[in-house]
Amino acid sequence: MTGPVIEAMNVTKVLGSGPARVEALKGVSLAVNGGELTLLMGPSGSGKTTLLSILGCMLTPTEGTVHVRGHATASVGPEGLAQLRREHLGFVFQSFHLFPTLTALDNVRLALDVRGDTTKSARGRSSEALAKVGLSHKTLAFPRELSGGEQQRVAIARAIVGNPAIILADEPTAALDGDNGQAIMTILAEISKEQGRGVLVVTHDPRLLPFADRVVHIEDGRIIREERSGAKMQLSHANTVEDKLPCPNA
Amino acid sequence: MPLIFTLAFRNLFHDRLSFVATIIGILFSIVLVTVQMGLYLGFGRTVTTMIDHAATDLWIVSLGTKCFEDPSMLDMSNRYRALSINGVAEVTPVVIGFADWRMPSGATTPVFVIGSDLRSGGLQPWNLVEGRIEALSSPRAVAVDRTYFDRLGVSGMDATAEIRQQLVRVAAVTDGIRSFTTTPYVFMDIDRARAHTGMASDKATYFLTRLTSGADLEHVRSQLLAYIPGIEVLTPAEFRERSRTFWLLGTGAGAALFAGALLGVIVGTVIVAQTLYSSTKEHLNEFATLRAIGSSRGYIYKVIVCQAVVSAFIGFFFAALIGAAIVQLTSTTALPIVITPGLIAGLFLLTVVMCVGSAIAAIIQVIRIDPAMVFTR
Repeated sequence: MTGPVIEAMNVTKVLGSGPARVEALKGVSLAVNGGELTLLMGPSGSGKTTLLSILGCMLTPTEGTVHVRGHATASVGPEGLAQLRREHLGFVFQSFHLFPTLTALDNVRLALDVRGDTTKSARGRSSEALAKVGLSHKTLAFPRELSGGEQQRVAIARAIVGNPAIILADEPTAALDGDNGQAIMTILAEISKEQGRGVLVVTHDPRLLPFADRVVHIEDGRIIREERSGAKMQLSHANTVEDKLPCPNA
Repeated sequence: MPLIFTLAFRNLFHDRLSFVATIIGILFSIVLVTVQMGLYLGFGRTVTTMIDHAATDLWIVSLGTKCFEDPSMLDMSNRYRALSINGVAEVTPVVIGFADWRMPSGATTPVFVIGSDLRSGGLQPWNLVEGRIEALSSPRAVAVDRTYFDRLGVSGMDATAEIRQQLVRVAAVTDGIRSFTTTPYVFMDIDRARAHTGMASDKATYFLTRLTSGADLEHVRSQLLAYIPGIEVLTPAEFRERSRTFWLLGTGAGAALFAGALLGVIVGTVIVAQTLYSSTKEHLNEFATLRAIGSSRGYIYKVIVCQAVVSAFIGFFFAALIGAAIVQLTSTTALPIVITPGLIAGLFLLTVVMCVGSAIAAIIQVIRIDPAMVFTR
């Protein structure tokens, strides 16, 4: 484990106004450390997606501060926040959000393209990222030709190809069956061990607990409990990603 | 291909029906603008066709003459005054005017008579396909264009008719000398033109003035203006511009053509804007994803503008094909649609500007994208 790669301190977020005013986060402090997979767990409406949006530099807090690899997000405009996302963050979404008109390779390459990396090596690095998630044989497949698990693995490849310090994953297994969910979490757990990268996974699925180094529980906009996981799965049981992948069409 | 172009292409071609609607919108818009502007250019050329074919250095016209077809009169004595000025080599009178042409069947139709001194050149018929210029010197001889045979009730050479109860005979036939007013031109000797239009023998409509070699045109012009009262002296270019301005702007014809072209641009812009807006709305989730993974707004604008430019290229290509066919089809009509290289370049630029301008609505929509929406969809 390395130091915090992203840190929120006393973050409050008010959404809406007047009668629709909701205090989604109430003085939340959370640090995601490099080299760790942190689970953020909580029931629906607990504020975990709002916290993820703030940590992901998509929302700014009403009060409190957020630092992404030492960069404060306060008073940073939309373009500055986009730059922080581009340079330091990778995202994995519940519904994958792949581009249906692009191949798996181009979906991954897109993350480099938005960084202004249009070199030939971008294609090679995108292929490597796909290989890392066990999809080297599907580079030219379109999302509609991939299973849900494969699509999520493409999304992970897209998240890691730019070598960000932090991966933020929003319910990455919610749209998948058990086997594919396990495979995705295995990949994310492996990723967290690379180059001191921090991985924060938002979930309400207790089956993911074995993959976590740390579990943070949020409820009603407050962090109510934080624990180190003692039941972490022993990754040595399976040595490679491919070993843990379910059958391709699962 | 850069990924930004790939994304733009795929976005466009993903919904083929919408893409076809966009192309049809651009197509109709640009074809409409092409026709209107082509008519404008064609009209501009047609209204000056007589000025273009007159062999002269200067036109002496009555003060206030608005266009070639404006039949005001000059006194023939002015011709001799003009000839007395240093630098003037030749002054050829021209007579124009409307007259009634009576066909052998007894029916009548208006014609536009053009009479010139056939010995000294001046304004003579061109593109002769039958007969000779010299034949117009013979009694009753006239030249008409073969495209007006039906209108004039004649079948060709040696056919006869009447103008002002005087017999005329077709002694020469031209091809392609058509009037934008649809009134047929009838060329003849100047004396008969006076008789057929009721003009006195000491009058003329214009004097075509040839200068001696090396004469200073501006000096001669100032001398003419000083010695001859009640006239204007115009170069062919000035007279051409004056005629064009009168017919295109003075009559409202040009404004109508421009209004049609503007309508085409508006229709095209609305259609392209609507389809680009719909396309952007359809791909909003993807644009939000792009934003979420850190793309700048500029990157997204490039994708949208690229879509607009690709649409413009494809739409313009098909519009150009249709435009070329229309030009071909109208080339022999009284009002041909004229397309010049400048117009083609202008239309292409207009297509691109129209399509990129149409992307503004889509871009405004993208500006408002909340990247956090990717967590809720």
